[in-house]
Amino acid sequence: MGIFLTDAESQDTDAVTDSAHEPSLAMSGVAYAYPDGHQALFGVDLLIKQGERVALLGPNGAGKTTLVLHLNGILTPGAGVVHVGGLEVAKPNLTEIRRRVGIVFQDPDDQLFMPTVREDVAFGPANLGLRGSELAKRVESALDAVGMAEFADRAPHHLSFGQRRRVAVATVLSMEPEILVLDEPSSNLDPASRRELAEILTGLPITLLMVTHDLPYAAQLCSRSVILDEGTIVADRPTRDLLTDADTLARHRLELPFGFDPLAAKAAMQ
Amino acid sequence: MGGAGHGHAVYRERLTPLHVVPSHVKLVAVVSFVFVVVATPGTWYPAFAGYLVILCVVGAIARLTIGFVVPRLVVEIPFVIFALLLPFVAKGSQIEFLGMSVSEAGLLAGVALLMKATLSVIASIVFASTTSPREMCRGLERLRLPQIMVQILTFMLRYVDVVGGELRRMRIARESRAFTARHLGHLKVLGHSAGALFIRSYERGERVHLAMLSRGYTGTLPVMEQERVATSMWLRALAVPAAALAVLLGSWAFS
Repeated sequence: MGIFLTDAESQDTDAVTDSAHEPSLAMSGVAYAYPDGHQALFGVDLLIKQGERVALLGPNGAGKTTLVLHLNGILTPGAGVVHVGGLEVAKPNLTEIRRRVGIVFQDPDDQLFMPTVREDVAFGPANLGLRGSELAKRVESALDAVGMAEFADRAPHHLSFGQRRRVAVATVLSMEPEILVLDEPSSNLDPASRRELAEILTGLPITLLMVTHDLPYAAQLCSRSVILDEGTIVADRPTRDLLTDADTLARHRLELPFGFDPLAAKAAMQ
Repeated sequence: MGGAGHGHAVYRERLTPLHVVPSHVKLVAVVSFVFVVVATPGTWYPAFAGYLVILCVVGAIARLTIGFVVPRLVVEIPFVIFALLLPFVAKGSQIEFLGMSVSEAGLLAGVALLMKATLSVIASIVFASTTSPREMCRGLERLRLPQIMVQILTFMLRYVDVVGGELRRMRIARESRAFTARHLGHLKVLGHSAGALFIRSYERGERVHLAMLSRGYTGTLPVMEQERVATSMWLRALAVPAAALAVLLGSWAFS
């Protein structure tokens, strides 16, 4: 995992400079309406510190995906600003912003569009201008980080769904992002793949924003959760507190799966 | 895709002296060979026999069997039909052939077409069976095919199985509700399926584009390292059209 070693080193040496203290993500007053007039976000404020793991919860249609597309400048807010590691998300910075924000989309078949795993993982860093051995090293360490190194020369459609999702994570890790954003990472995974992915994600020394309505997965991976509903952040609390607050959950169409006890789960994890 | 599942219809993964030749070199060799074949006057039968011998030798090096090559000649069928029609539709002096009165010029043209098409298709099969689809795209890229076309081909290669999978799931879902196409009226249902598949593929295209933008895509796929092609590879591949050319010149000298 040399890829992350360099990250950690740079954090140590830069600790005295300002940039190391910048939050990984800072959104303030972000509002957005689609061209058809439908307003999806009504002034979102969200601060995520370096190394934090945060779950973004919310019912379908709450604006979660819209919010995610603001993080790397695919959508431009009608009002408000987004900063990633201190850098404003704006046209002149887009290449650097897209390096800093690694978005893993929900369907790995959308994410993996190159003929082989190796080429796909190389796509991002190659767009950043990396070539040759440097590029190869990035690909190798990113695939190592998700335990898929031996599949580098396979075609994506020859992999299982869980493997494809892990490769999808590698395709953004190879860009050495500041923040990893996962859209419904647990969807369609069988229990073993789900556990394997959780193990990989908890092992990454990286800021993480996980969009999900899989509450047990949020409890397992993220100590902090925010609820987005009707385009605003309506709750921002430690995950354990939030998941034991049945009223708040019910108000925003979130439910724990039958038989799941967040306190027992927390105890089991410790 | 065929029913071969993960396998390729034509490509065979092996390690022969032909597999290791870079794809663009092979492509140039195949096209040159076909040019020589097509340029040969239709009645120079010994030359065509010579070309067939060359292909047999190349096929043997690629470890292809007759049982592998012959069934894959079916792509030639439209040409065969046309070649069979020629003797009956062409004008000119009529001769007796198998008890039928046919045009002499048409018969000769039909035979020539059949020979040329068959030799060309065999050459293509040898190429396709020793070159993976991915390598073919790379080969076209190295031959300076416009980037946009290389990208379209590359995406087609990646998504043909995904779209095929969707098509299969839609068919299963249809049939699970007791639908089988029995008469023309059912075409409407199939039309809806085709429409739905188009919309889905279009939407997937948009999502893929989004994923590409998110990883810094600016309009061109990054070009990967290009290895220098050894002269020996060029010599190895171009030996095939060179041999064909020698056969052609030889027949010319004797005629």
